[in-house]
Amino acid sequence: MTNEIASAKSDLAESGGQFSTFFVADLFFGVDVLRVQEVLRFQHMTHVPKAPQVIEGLINLRGQIVTAIDLRRRLRLPPRAGDQMPTNVVIRTDDGAVSLLVDEIGDVLDVDAATYERPPENLDPAAREIIRGVYKLKDRLLVVLDTEKAVEIAA
Amino acid sequence: MQDQDQNGSLQDQDVIREFLVESHENLSRLDQELVELEKHPQETALLASVFRTIHTIKGTCGFFAFSTLERITHQAENLLSQLRDGKRKLTPSLISLILETVDATRKVLASIEASGEEGPDQFGELAERLRQAAHAPTDAGNEPASGSAPAPSPESQGENVSCETPEALKAEKNGAKPSAVADANIRVGVGLLDKLMDLVGELVLTRNQILQFNTEREDAALNNTSQRLNLITTELQEGVMKTRMQPIGMVWNKLPRVVRDMAVAMGKQIELEMDGADTELDRTIIEAIKDPLVHLVRNSCDHGIEPPEVRVRAGKPPQGKLSLRAYHEGGQVNIEIGDDGAGIDVARVKQKALEKGLLRSEQVEKLSDREALNLIFLPGFSTAQQVTNVSGRGVGMDVVKSNIEKIGGVVDIFSRTGEGSTVKLKIPLTLAIIPGLVIMSGGERFVIPQVSLLELIRLEGDSSDKHIELVHGTPVYRRRGSLLPIAYLNQVLDLQSAERAEAVNIVVLQAEDRQFGLVVDGINDTQEIVVKPLSKQLKGLIEYAGATIMGDGRVALILDVLGIGQLSGVLAESREQARTAVEQKSQSDLKQQRLLLFRAGSFERLAVPLSLVARLEEFPLSSIESAGGSQVVQYRNRILPLVSLRALLEPDVPQQQQTLDPLQVVVFNDGDRSVGVVVDQILDVAEEAVVARQKSSRKGLLGSAVISKRVTDFLDLNEVIHMTSGSWFQGTGGSGTGKTVLVAEASAFSRGVIRSSLDIAGYRVIEAADLNETKREMERQPVDVVLAALDLPPQGGAAVCAALRERPEWQRVPVLALADSAAQVKSSAAQAFNDCQDKFDREALLEAVARLASARDTAEAGTAFTEMQLASAAEGR
Repeated sequence: MTNEIASAKSDLAESGGQFSTFFVADLFFGVDVLRVQEVLRFQHMTHVPKAPQVIEGLINLRGQIVTAIDLRRRLRLPPRAGDQMPTNVVIRTDDGAVSLLVDEIGDVLDVDAATYERPPENLDPAAREIIRGVYKLKDRLLVVLDTEKAVEIAA
Repeated sequence: MQDQDQNGSLQDQDVIREFLVESHENLSRLDQELVELEKHPQETALLASVFRTIHTIKGTCGFFAFSTLERITHQAENLLSQLRDGKRKLTPSLISLILETVDATRKVLASIEASGEEGPDQFGELAERLRQAAHAPTDAGNEPASGSAPAPSPESQGENVSCETPEALKAEKNGAKPSAVADANIRVGVGLLDKLMDLVGELVLTRNQILQFNTEREDAALNNTSQRLNLITTELQEGVMKTRMQPIGMVWNKLPRVVRDMAVAMGKQIELEMDGADTELDRTIIEAIKDPLVHLVRNSCDHGIEPPEVRVRAGKPPQGKLSLRAYHEGGQVNIEIGDDGAGIDVARVKQKALEKGLLRSEQVEKLSDREALNLIFLPGFSTAQQVTNVSGRGVGMDVVKSNIEKIGGVVDIFSRTGEGSTVKLKIPLTLAIIPGLVIMSGGERFVIPQVSLLELIRLEGDSSDKHIELVHGTPVYRRRGSLLPIAYLNQVLDLQSAERAEAVNIVVLQAEDRQFGLVVDGINDTQEIVVKPLSKQLKGLIEYAGATIMGDGRVALILDVLGIGQLSGVLAESREQARTAVEQKSQSDLKQQRLLLFRAGSFERLAVPLSLVARLEEFPLSSIESAGGSQVVQYRNRILPLVSLRALLEPDVPQQQQTLDPLQVVVFNDGDRSVGVVVDQILDVAEEAVVARQKSSRKGLLGSAVISKRVTDFLDLNEVIHMTSGSWFQGTGGSGTGKTVLVAEASAFSRGVIRSSLDIAGYRVIEAADLNETKREMERQPVDVVLAALDLPPQGGAAVCAALRERPEWQRVPVLALADSAAQVKSSAAQAFNDCQDKFDREALLEAVARLASARDTAEAGTAFTEMQLASAAEGR
């Protein structure tokens, strides 16, 4: 008998709930907290020659090989300052764990569904592709990242 | 049965053993289920499960001719089917009866296990009672009937239960001892085995790490311990590996039936031969090849072996032969599925590929027979008949291939028309742990699977460079008298090459049936590595077979030898193949132009872009005919007009008799039409970044450039065709008839290439070399579409956009960016444009131009334009 492992695939994009947050450049991102496997400080990465640019490299996550995707490059943002070390946010996806490289990690926030709105139409296409919507928090906007789309990169 | 059993082969006994193990398991489950059922008589699912279990045992008994067992299980099954269908109510007495059957079955099984026979007890009385119970009037709907039925009354039920149970207990106590077969085997969940395998994998890694520490320290105790750890780990690894090994016969077992059914259904006579059924493979691999194997066998039966009458006519015995062979070879298992049927009709395969639109006609023409055979592995290639009557399971050859490749295997197909075809699967023994060679290149570490490794060569000293020689720019190494093509890993992977090393390391590799040398910066050592797959983002890279974790905990990439060979071009088999491989490459790297070099008359070196060439042909002089005053030749059921380049380029020089035989002809294609250009000699195919240095004033030539250190003239193909056949390429009514296109591109060569394809498609083409020229030309005449190179001097192609948007009359002129490579097409620089295309991708470029030109037409008046513009811009991206 195989154990049916309950997959954490609940979709909070529009219904509020708990979000893990992080910063990429001046963007404040949120990901359904159940989707986040863990957060790691910067690790040694093995560069993959000829891979798409957004792929920073491969990391060893306790015996599991995880591909790290630079969110800045994914969003066509300028590279981070030379001394700034990115943080790995390891996300569960349908095809296993993938690490997203972000600038800095934020708190886990409870957000209210009522403050949700679809992303603006005039959003840069590179960003539009991977952004599901926006929560209007009191002091800032929380951008909901579509993790499945964010890791969809063809080599 | 006895006779059978005595004469029975070892295999039969294996099967019976399996039957025993399975039945014991089923019976224990049955006990539980029946007890459960007694508590919840309404549970139909439970009842159905009980029924199935009994049914299975009955079926298998019939197969082995165990008549006693069959009889009692059959009766029990009857009873159960009535219960299941609701015709009869489940009473405790019935449960007891069934439990009694279970006990009887156990006894018989024990007897079979001990002596191979069912034993003396026929259980006639039990069978009779079962029969009676099943034939008793059913109680469906009316209670009174059940009361008057001969079925046991409540009292007797109680009796039954109370006296049956002790009997059963007694039987277990003194009679049947616990089954030895069942006890010697444990069924273990595959999940658990997989987990063990993973853990062993991790252990191997940790062991490697510890061994590495050990070499750094000099501690005798640590040394001893780690040696032991090493040994134990290796043994454990082998042991766990063995738990997952199964003979391939497990999969083959069902094939005789498949073949028989197919043969009967199709009126064919097919004999199945199986060789090497005991070859062992990892469980996961067995699992993975199951469906592909069945599919291949069905394919052979269906498409390979002909009906008897056809075979007899072809001089073959009416009975076709299908042979399966499995054997170990060099750490791999080879499985061959061969038939002596009609073979694969290459022409039909090509035809089909065309019909299905999988390839364009010019692509098909370029294929060698072997490449054409491989077309059947393309997705969507299954034929109509296949879908309806044979496979019907949605498993095409593409799925076969992808399934095999998923497990690191290779599919190869060989076919001889009239003699049959063979599909050869090369499959790794196990997926999990493989030995690999660790090498360095450009400061990175890579692993090469040992399977592909032939030898290591180290060239030392100052003369090391001399050992690698160049044949027309292609590095080769003389290895024991024969030339080994050489590839540089740094170059294949675009890595920084290391500082000039004092020695050159060549890793000699085998990919498919060919060998090549791979130059690496350093060679470390060999290690057992655990292969881990790459994530889907990296699956598309054919350079890598996976990744692994090294002793220091870091990740290293495992090279895919075949992929590396293909990318570096060293695996090109012939000129034909070279071209296809190169074509694939051209998509990633288009700065390099591939040129066909040839000679004609006093022009010692002429070139055309290879992308425009359809084929190279030789025609014997005798095959040249004359039609409509010009020379033609029959070619692929068509008439191919021939153009003598010598006569064209040097009309003043008197033509001597054509002495060359056969004629060397370069065939150019455009849609349905072809033209053959007769040259004196084909020289070579060169791959270089082309900078047109000088524009030519001579008609028929674009200009000249230095190719492979020699001055070479570029043939103006468009001009050549116009000069000769006049209207030959015209009246194509290309989509762009009458439209004016401006090509702004600094390189005269690129301009020429683009112009010739646009010309042919029916556009009027204006050229400009920089921004100012572009503006000048735009002022001179109305232009429908502007094509601007991204690197147009002085400030890039975006400046053209900006300039156009300044003038109201130009605002609506769409601008298409010309990129140097497919990668650039996707770059952000391309965003300002309406569209962006790879400048040498002729088809896509023409399509985009046509789209922009017509978008301008339809949108002239309305706001629709902006949308179109957006749409096409989005498409371009």
